[in-house]
Amino acid sequence: MKNNLRQTLIRNETDESGLITGTSLWEDAWKRLRKNNMALASGVILLCLGVICLLGPVILGVFLGYDAHTQNLAYGPQPPSLQHPFGTDFYGRDLLTRVLIGAQVSLSVGFLAAMVAAFIGTIYGAVSSYSGGLIDSLMMRIVDILYALPYMFLVIILVTILGKSLLLLFLALGAVGWLLTARVVRGQVMSLKEQDFVLAARSLGSTSRGIIFRHLIPNTLGPVIVTFTLTVPSMILQEAFLSFLGLGVQPPQPSLGSLINDGANQMLVFWWTLVFPGSIMAIMLFALNFLGDGIRDALDPRMKT
Amino acid sequence: MIRILLQRLLELIPTALVIVAASFALVRLAPGSPFSSEKEIPPEVRQKLEAKYGFDKPLPEQFIRYLGNLLRGDLGLSTKYPQRTVNEIIANGFPVTLSLAAIALLWSLLVGITAGIIGAIRQNTVWDHVAMTAALVGISVPSFVLGPLLVLTVSLRLHLLPPAGWGDWQHVVLPGLTLGTIYAASIARLTRGGMLEVVRSDFIRTARAKGLSESLIVWRHMLRGGLLPVVSYLGPAVASMLTGSVVVEKIFNVPGIGPYFVDAAFNRDYFLVMGIVLLYAFFLLLMNLIVDVVYGFLDPRVDVS
Repeated sequence: MKNNLRQTLIRNETDESGLITGTSLWEDAWKRLRKNNMALASGVILLCLGVICLLGPVILGVFLGYDAHTQNLAYGPQPPSLQHPFGTDFYGRDLLTRVLIGAQVSLSVGFLAAMVAAFIGTIYGAVSSYSGGLIDSLMMRIVDILYALPYMFLVIILVTILGKSLLLLFLALGAVGWLLTARVVRGQVMSLKEQDFVLAARSLGSTSRGIIFRHLIPNTLGPVIVTFTLTVPSMILQEAFLSFLGLGVQPPQPSLGSLINDGANQMLVFWWTLVFPGSIMAIMLFALNFLGDGIRDALDPRMKT
Repeated sequence: MIRILLQRLLELIPTALVIVAASFALVRLAPGSPFSSEKEIPPEVRQKLEAKYGFDKPLPEQFIRYLGNLLRGDLGLSTKYPQRTVNEIIANGFPVTLSLAAIALLWSLLVGITAGIIGAIRQNTVWDHVAMTAALVGISVPSFVLGPLLVLTVSLRLHLLPPAGWGDWQHVVLPGLTLGTIYAASIARLTRGGMLEVVRSDFIRTARAKGLSESLIVWRHMLRGGLLPVVSYLGPAVASMLTGSVVVEKIFNVPGIGPYFVDAAFNRDYFLVMGIVLLYAFFLLLMNLIVDVVYGFLDPRVDVS
């Protein structure tokens, strides 16, 4: 670590112009991430997957007239063919279209739920840590207690209370998933709040709210992004978990979880209805995990294992 | 040691109380009632039913009564299955869930630690890359994809093991494998990371210098470091194994507690939901306590109290 720092300093000092140019955290992280081929490849795969999920159903709909909902019982389930690369499902719907829409749903639920979690967790952690004292220990005690509740069961209860809609689904997931972010942010703010720039801000008359939102939270962005990228795949997994149990996204709206559930029920006869949504789900999670690992290593080299 | 343990147990009491209160509030303040989903009930019958379960009393009184029953180990009556008490349902289902989780844990520890050791002592060789890529694939294939795929290949095509049911040792293999694999993958990564962390430390060099055999160094000294992160991961892992078994029990038709919970949450079966949530929360608290104690045992630098 120290060695690295010295090397950076030396390199910066011998820049061609003779001026010392620092590398920001983000430049440094980007440099590290670029060297990580697997993470980059995962990023490209995810980008492609995202674009295909967005445009694919539209293109399939315009050129071939497929859509995710219209049933054709007479046509029924067909094995993969040139016409239907992923085959068709029990109701004669093109499976490729349904898988793409399902992946769209999964990705958006994953990102939105992770965003809700990051939002709540960051503010909660920062406020708790900045307040310190009794408020801090009380707020963290609540986090500890929530940690002790069976997470997935809590989500299931919330889903049954709030009703089964897509919007409420990611709210429920996010409402339970912010604990890790809160802890991480609290740890960061603990050391940040003692630093001189906070004292300077306070002596210039900043309010507590101003200090928390203007000075402390922006400085925790690195670790928050790291937790965010690792939260996204776990949120996607949980959405699929719920949809697999019939608690998440409701038919006829497809999601990867519900498609896998349908496929699992008919896999003996129509294997493709399980294999294709399952593989897309696995590829998506694989890429997200790899990219998340890469971003963590790039932003926080000390956490690297 | 025993004093510390007792002290920790005493500290759990307020936490447990808050958990009981919070889950009571969450379950009872939800809209709907256990008798609203069924077909129209005459008001007088409904009144009798509510009186039978004590729902006609004010909420605080109900809470006190529930707390009193809880202390006597009585979890109340199920509203969905009027003939059965919550204690009976849990006594029937929980041992099954628990043994499933135990097998999954055993499998994940065995495979995970072995793969982690291979990865660490053969760092940056083909062995390492194979083990770690396998681990990342393992993390990315969720149980509800892996389970049906295993049923499809191992049971239905190769006829090696039964696809569903419970009773024989043969029934245990596939569900255990399905539930444990994702944790095996995480444990492999943690073991490898932990071992690599200590591999260059002074006490390993000392062990080498005094001529200990390589296998003794690995088993006695390096593994200790490698197991520390695994131990702290075990608390949350066992918890999520227990809740995650909901899906596995559904796939393999295992008569555990999981399906009851989903059902109960939907039917507002107050006492059953509470009973299962509290059971899991209690288990989680206990697990975390054990993990803390084991952690202190493995790493003398940690102060358990």
